[in-house]
Amino acid sequence: MSNLFHQDVLTALISGGVIAGIPLLLAACGEAISERSGVLNLGIEGMMILGAYTGFVVAYYLHSTWLGFLGGAGGGILACLVMIVLCVWLGLDQIVVGIAITLAGEGITSVLQGAQFGTTYPRLGATPTTSIPLLHKIPVIGPGLFEQNLLVYLGILFALFLTWFFRATNVGLNLRAAGEKPEALDAAGVSVVATRSWAVLSTGALAGLGGGFLAIVGAGVFTPFMTQGQGYMAIVICMLGRGKPIWVALASLLFGISLSITTALQLAGIEISTDLINMLPFIAVMVALVIFGRRSYLPPALALPYVRGAR
Amino acid sequence: MSTVPGNELLTEVEVPNRAGDRSGAVGKAIDTVIRSLVPVLLALVAGGVLLLILGHNPFAFYSSVWEHGAQNKAWQESAKRMAPLLLIAVGLIIAFRANIWNLGYNGQFLLSAAIISGLAPSLVNDLPLGLAFLILFVVAGLVGAIWTIVPALLKAFYDTNEIITTLMMSFIGVGLAQILIKGPFQDPSVNIAQTKVLELDKMLPHIPGTKVHIGVLVALAAAVVVYFAISRTSFGLKVDVLGANPRAARHVGIQVKQLIITSFFFSGLLIGLAAAADILGVWGYIRANWNPAYGDTVIPFVFLARLNPLVVIPFIAFFAVLSTGGTLATQEVGLPTDFLLVLVALILLFMTVIEFLGRRRSLGQSYLTNGLREALRLPGRKKDGAAAEAGETPKKVAR
Amino acid sequence: MSPAVTSAVVEVKGITKAFPGVLANDDISFDVRPGEVHSLLGENGAGKSTLMGILSGIQTPDSGGILVDGEPVRIDSPRKALDIGIGTVYQHSTLIPALTVLQNLMLGDSGKLLLDAASARARLEEFGALLGVDVDPEARAADLALGRQQQVEIIKALWRGSRLLILDEPTSMLTPQAVDELYTVLARLKADGLATIFITHKLHEAVSLGDRISVLRRGRMVGTLDAAAVSSTPPDKLEEIVIEMMFGSAAADLADVGELRVGLGEAEAVEAHARATKAAVGEPLLELAGVAAPGEGTDPGVADIDLVVHEGEVVGVAGVDGNGQRALAEAISGQRRLTAGEIRLFGAPVDRLNVLKREKLGLRYLTDDRIGEGIVGSLSISLNLFLKRIGQAPYWRYGSIRRGTIDARAEELCEQFDVRAPGVETRAGTLSGGNMQKVLLARELSFGAKVVVFHKPTYGLDLKTTLGVREMIRQMRDGKAALVISTDLDELLEVSDRIVVLSRGRLVGEAEPGPGAAERIGGMMIGDVSLSLAGAGAEGTE
Repeated sequence: MSNLFHQDVLTALISGGVIAGIPLLLAACGEAISERSGVLNLGIEGMMILGAYTGFVVAYYLHSTWLGFLGGAGGGILACLVMIVLCVWLGLDQIVVGIAITLAGEGITSVLQGAQFGTTYPRLGATPTTSIPLLHKIPVIGPGLFEQNLLVYLGILFALFLTWFFRATNVGLNLRAAGEKPEALDAAGVSVVATRSWAVLSTGALAGLGGGFLAIVGAGVFTPFMTQGQGYMAIVICMLGRGKPIWVALASLLFGISLSITTALQLAGIEISTDLINMLPFIAVMVALVIFGRRSYLPPALALPYVRGAR
Repeated sequence: MSTVPGNELLTEVEVPNRAGDRSGAVGKAIDTVIRSLVPVLLALVAGGVLLLILGHNPFAFYSSVWEHGAQNKAWQESAKRMAPLLLIAVGLIIAFRANIWNLGYNGQFLLSAAIISGLAPSLVNDLPLGLAFLILFVVAGLVGAIWTIVPALLKAFYDTNEIITTLMMSFIGVGLAQILIKGPFQDPSVNIAQTKVLELDKMLPHIPGTKVHIGVLVALAAAVVVYFAISRTSFGLKVDVLGANPRAARHVGIQVKQLIITSFFFSGLLIGLAAAADILGVWGYIRANWNPAYGDTVIPFVFLARLNPLVVIPFIAFFAVLSTGGTLATQEVGLPTDFLLVLVALILLFMTVIEFLGRRRSLGQSYLTNGLREALRLPGRKKDGAAAEAGETPKKVAR
Repeated sequence: MSPAVTSAVVEVKGITKAFPGVLANDDISFDVRPGEVHSLLGENGAGKSTLMGILSGIQTPDSGGILVDGEPVRIDSPRKALDIGIGTVYQHSTLIPALTVLQNLMLGDSGKLLLDAASARARLEEFGALLGVDVDPEARAADLALGRQQQVEIIKALWRGSRLLILDEPTSMLTPQAVDELYTVLARLKADGLATIFITHKLHEAVSLGDRISVLRRGRMVGTLDAAAVSSTPPDKLEEIVIEMMFGSAAADLADVGELRVGLGEAEAVEAHARATKAAVGEPLLELAGVAAPGEGTDPGVADIDLVVHEGEVVGVAGVDGNGQRALAEAISGQRRLTAGEIRLFGAPVDRLNVLKREKLGLRYLTDDRIGEGIVGSLSISLNLFLKRIGQAPYWRYGSIRRGTIDARAEELCEQFDVRAPGVETRAGTLSGGNMQKVLLARELSFGAKVVVFHKPTYGLDLKTTLGVREMIRQMRDGKAALVISTDLDELLEVSDRIVVLSRGRLVGEAEPGPGAAERIGGMMIGDVSLSLAGAGAEGTE
């Protein structure tokens, strides 16, 4: 039954796309916060993988999905503390520290996983889902969109919240000022360092949460290097979405779908090299960059450390 | 020359960054050495603490690394490992000096490696061995170079951030390599996804008296050539100007677009050569999902060597020992070899911290060129310079 | 308003601040009272900005103290300064271009979670009424004229109820008309009882605006002229006293005082001098016909530029900053492509020639942004001098650099242009602004320069270097040609044979230096309807 448009196939595609898209959505929203405040967070890949590991371990030992998510956020926060101290407080190079965090995250999780489980990869059970009354009965998209883990809905709500937060709150304005012109924020009497620290902290938490979701809900298992560049993809999504949470969320879900095509195609009985499928999101990004790259927007003070009265 | 009032800052003179400079006191040299070595030592100590936590004896581990990486005949393994590492390092140096973050080295390397592994078995049998090697090296270099073209064009013409584009191209390159290995280059005689294995006598010849293949000499020669190019030729100076201040490069009439593409090209070329040296010298074939990620591990040493292609050689030698010895040592104690990745990350982190302390004491020079720090700034933006007039330096405002 | 002797709002006592290698403030004391404007005068490098930074919490002093209403306070952050009622308008805009006026003003309104646009709008109206200005709260800061931006900055500084307003070089970017508006605003604030510190390096501003005048020199407070002295002394005499305070014995080094006063912006005195040295005008060397070039970012482009510079002529380009100066300069130098028109050099079109080829013909461009694009700070002075001839013989041979040849020539150039540095190996980034500019002048004026575009040639330089640079420009009349783009009208009046005016990316008029020229040019700069081309399309900020 190689019918691409069979109901099950489409449902799997949508459902898988949402599950694959949520880690991207969380991480990319996190990156949006960080970039808006002027910190380019290249360590987000490392924060995700650490979050995936800590999230998995917590969920595995405490048998709780939600504690697992918390653990994931905690892992992300742990990793981003390094970035806060080195880049925001001391003003060190954000790119080098970002690369270091990613390498350290990948290395340390692999070492810890090896030390703990050897070469076995224990799996978690299925995670609970929350059905949205009525809506989940809609054919095709119902089971795909409205019968998901609660965090899926929360993640999408978060993107909406973030839009409002950026627009209507003082802190949102401060974040933007920190990325556009930090000396202006400083002159207005708001600490640039504190603003950026909180921004990076939330980025770490969100990236870690995304990693945790990836391991706990998405895969049900932790394997070394399992994020496979999704952190970098989050950065690109953030750039393409011009840091606007709604666009970032939509783009994340689209990329999620392209990540989940493999499974859907297998269901449809179509055999395509998984390598090719895995390349698709990256090819999509390159095409998007070639077409829209000129229109991407980065805050003027991005990646520049702020030192008051620097001369 | 005496300083004049208002020019008091002149008393604080730093040694120019350019290679081949005449000034440079012994004290400064010692200081530089210390600043280069301390991060490595600190990382080894911190790694040792980690080992202790994991229940291993760090001293035993490090002596095992030394034993497996340098003693007896083991140094020859390390020397062989140097070839790809050094070529990648030199390739990164060209890009980094030009203020270009070529982070697509994994894709450039693996794609070259896959294509070389696919072509080599027939070429070495059909052609004279020397000619076959020559062609294979050229092909490998070109593949690596070509894989930089899209990011290079995007950066040169649209100013698209190359960190992102090279990373994306890297993932695509790695995927494409897998498809090639599993598809057209698959060895039909085995069930595993891999290419045909080269016969031992059809691989790169050894340096007489050793088991070290001549790819290592290619790497060393490349380092010397690039050193000369950087320190003596007009290309090198242009690259340095571009790296330090892209707007100045445009102002003084350097063809910036062309130079970005050229620098990218040579960077990818050297990384491609690294693949040829490694495949033809050590492995003889490539397996699917094999990704040594040499480039990841090379980055800290490139910075520690202050982007100098000769100074990077001892650092690479050190890491080659750590890498070959460490692979065996970690296996011995049952740790994943990714422990080495942790060490590398620690070196990078300590490097930035030492850099910070050094800057505080305003000693020596920075690990990074000014421009590299600002890799993400768009052109046309002003930047704060190092100069300061007493009390009145106009603070340049971004845009 | 009579300068009533009331107690000081803010008193500074014995402030000392050192930076590596320089004592920026050395034991400085002064005060400012309600309802007065206290002018703080000094050359570039005298330590004015450091003192201001200390008052506004950007920098902390090494020693000394600040009293507010007689109580000692510690101002260790900008927030603290705002809290105790010190508002600052910095020399460079602190408005965020991408945000609206209202958003800029609300920035820092912390304590509440939500932005309160309604009350902010009401408060803006109050201030508008007080200052006598009308600002659109929803306009993006980037879209406002510079004078209007500064008014917003003043409102921002007073937003949280300041009692002391510090203005750092507030007139440097303004047209003469906008300066008049600023004076009016300041008068209204003064009448309202506000204390103001007016920091400037322009003598006539300090004298005409200040109730009291204090002079800083090389980080030290030379002295303060009190209100009685200021009001009883005739302006001419007052200026002489202040010059003596500013330069003291150093004034002797700087030729006669007449020349000095030129440097300080007294345009009238020099006109005779300029006319006298005016040489016969020769062949056209640089011709622009219908030239248009695109803008970059917030920096606007130019259109319909027709301009001829003859041999032996110095032509000035006046205009408010951000009216296409950079596009014009870069179009000529070859750094920016033309979208229309033609540029001819020595009679031959150069449109197809790149920067280096034009350079070889003798066309030079002295950039306004010496740190950002002129100098490569991490390279030596020698190499910086040769950046425009990379790869050329005899400095490069067989593809290899000849350091000996380069260093020897560099030493000659440093000698000739009086570059003060320990050696030609010195990293150019460690030089002071003045010496950096001399390195650039050496690079641009040597090796067969014929036509030179000077872009803000004396911006931020000390007086002695400024006078030296202006002399070099005047010397261009000797068989060469110069185009001087400057926002300093006094400078243009001094060095130019004629002045064209750039506004919104178009040339809107021309004038010869002479009586009343400053006012005429000022009128053209702001696009006086009677003079400007109606509906000039290029985007401008004025």
